[in-house]
Amino acid sequence: MAEEQVVFERPKTLTTKPTHYCPGCAHGIVHRLVAESIDELGKGGDAVGVAPVGCSVLAYDYFSCDMIEAAHGRAPSVATAVKRVHPENLVFSYQGDGDLASIGMAETVHAATRGENITVIFYNNAIYGMTGGQMAPTTLPNQVTQTSPYGRNTKEAGYPVRVCELLATLDGVAYAERVTIDKPASVRKAKKAIKKAFEYQMEGRGYTIVEIVGTCPTNWGMTPKDAIGWLEENMLPYYPLGVYRDCVEEGFETAAEAALARAKDVPIVTGGVA
Amino acid sequence: MGEKVLMKGNEALAAAAVRAGCRFYFGYPITPQTELAAYMSKIMPKVGGTFLQAESEISAINMLYGAAAAGARAMTSSSSPGVSLKGEGISYMAGADLPGVIVNVERGGPGLGSIQPSQQDYWQATRAMGHGDFFQIVYAPNTVQEMADMIFTAFEKADEYLTPVMILADGLLGQMMEPVELPDEIGELPEKPWATTGTKGKREHNIANSLYLQSNELEAKLLERAKRYEIILDKEQQSEGFMLDDAEIVLVAFGASSRIARSAVVKAREEGIKVGLLRPITLWPFPAKALEATMGTAKAYLSVEMNMGQMVDDVRLVVGKDVPVEHFGRTGGIIPTPDEVLEAIRTLNAKVGE
Ligand SMILES: Cc1ncc(C[n+]2csc(CCOP(=O)(O)OP(=O)(O)O)c2C)c(N)n1
Ligand code: SF4
Ligand SMILES: [Mg+2]
Repeated sequence: MAEEQVVFERPKTLTTKPTHYCPGCAHGIVHRLVAESIDELGKGGDAVGVAPVGCSVLAYDYFSCDMIEAAHGRAPSVATAVKRVHPENLVFSYQGDGDLASIGMAETVHAATRGENITVIFYNNAIYGMTGGQMAPTTLPNQVTQTSPYGRNTKEAGYPVRVCELLATLDGVAYAERVTIDKPASVRKAKKAIKKAFEYQMEGRGYTIVEIVGTCPTNWGMTPKDAIGWLEENMLPYYPLGVYRDCVEEGFETAAEAALARAKDVPIVTGGVA
Repeated sequence: MGEKVLMKGNEALAAAAVRAGCRFYFGYPITPQTELAAYMSKIMPKVGGTFLQAESEISAINMLYGAAAAGARAMTSSSSPGVSLKGEGISYMAGADLPGVIVNVERGGPGLGSIQPSQQDYWQATRAMGHGDFFQIVYAPNTVQEMADMIFTAFEKADEYLTPVMILADGLLGQMMEPVELPDEIGELPEKPWATTGTKGKREHNIANSLYLQSNELEAKLLERAKRYEIILDKEQQSEGFMLDDAEIVLVAFGASSRIARSAVVKAREEGIKVGLLRPITLWPFPAKALEATMGTAKAYLSVEMNMGQMVDDVRLVVGKDVPVEHFGRTGGIIPTPDEVLEAIRTLNAKVGE
């Protein structure tokens, strides 16, 4: 008899609790990528996650590391304090688009611009999943939702927010990448991005965010397969994948170094405190 | 205890908080609590602590929530309009049984109101700090010394009962200078085995959370917390009595207005009116036992407040309808004079005295 070999197992950073996600929802895939990355970095015992209000509200039951459930949109503020109290810990928030880019936009922008050494895992499904499919800040023009029944009318509802592009302008951001999960190659790429963000955090480089363009088959009213198709056809051209900020690629050790270089002609910035 | 130093109430409070082991302060600028944040921004870097000016009071209170979950002694401070924004986070703290200290240096309201001292947030602090069935312990200092002492106690009680604790001060106490003896630096802080510090591979994961999707679980949690509230109601009532032994008219006043009420009591006694003062030090739990003890001699009660009449409700709840319970107050940021209060005592005395 051949010797048994484990080729695939549940990441240690996931609990054994079955998730409540709808069939075909990609939240579960992203949880797995987060957990695998933490395992590979050997950081399960040092990790503290902050769950949002949204479909992933119960993430505190699914990750086996210490977890905190935050108020809607406030995860970046909670994570900020958790990291300040225990800077040696790996601190991440896990947030949806309504949580991150609508009610929590102020917290998002300010945690980023402060250069908090935290990692934000951002699941963008262009809809409010948990509350039954209302228009989100990331809902595409003409996309039909419960509260944009005739399609998002940009004359009235304005335009979606491109989060990575917006945050990339801020000096505190060390790393911002947009990825997706539409096929195995994309999933592998998403995992790499998440792991890199965690590594950057532990190396003290600054704020890191990975945006995952995902689906919500239930509230998009599609089969999981059709949802992936719609994502590829509409979401990806609107939310182009790629690295929006990587201070190391830009030749700097940290976001702080990059910020200093950018302001090299400003005496107050380069001269230090009198 | 060390020597006495002259300090503003806001600064004494900040200095004592640091001695109570507070190393994390989160706030957003607002008058009249400015000196508190300014003091924290100076001292925290020197004691290895964190001062963080948040982008809003909402963010600041959620930072407090995070720091508390992570096991730190932490606080935030603001004034009335900013405290309203903190309501969300305080409710979440109560729901997740997280300890933390919130300071409200009250100003006039509603809305933007005024920047002058007021006591208009009594109801908010004691009844409706946020949504859901919960209470917070509320302390009402009336001297700079008490500002220092009570912040110390506030941190201890927050950790003991796993609850948010509020110091309800006002612009008068915050800005006033008085000699103060700061408490000694605390030694050991309590263990917090429930904190989200990272499992370090040594225990099951800790979760800070206020969500209970099963109604029976939420009800059980609320009932468990209510038992803690019972203990607080029984053990933590604090008040100070002044000339109450034979008092036929009992004034009830807290914070800045208790100082004015006390002067009025002294003047009224000179006129032969049998009047005394009960000063609630804890607003929740309201000192019902001490107030009940005055009912033997009291013919009438006068609640003196810098508002339109809020604490007077609690006085009525305790003493009932058999004797008159009246309110005297100035509001909108106006501080009553002792003579105004004296006049109110005389009027009430004429009504109920023989
Ligand atoms: C203060 C507050 N407002 C509104 C809600 C209701 N609510 C719950 S989840 C949610 C939207 C979540 O959408 P998103 O962040 O995109 O997450 P998803 O469910 O799509 O993953 C809203 C509005 C709430 N819980 N708290
Ligand atoms: S509602 Fe949408 S986002 Fe939420 S679990 Fe279902 S498919 Fe996923
Ligand atoms: Mg969403």
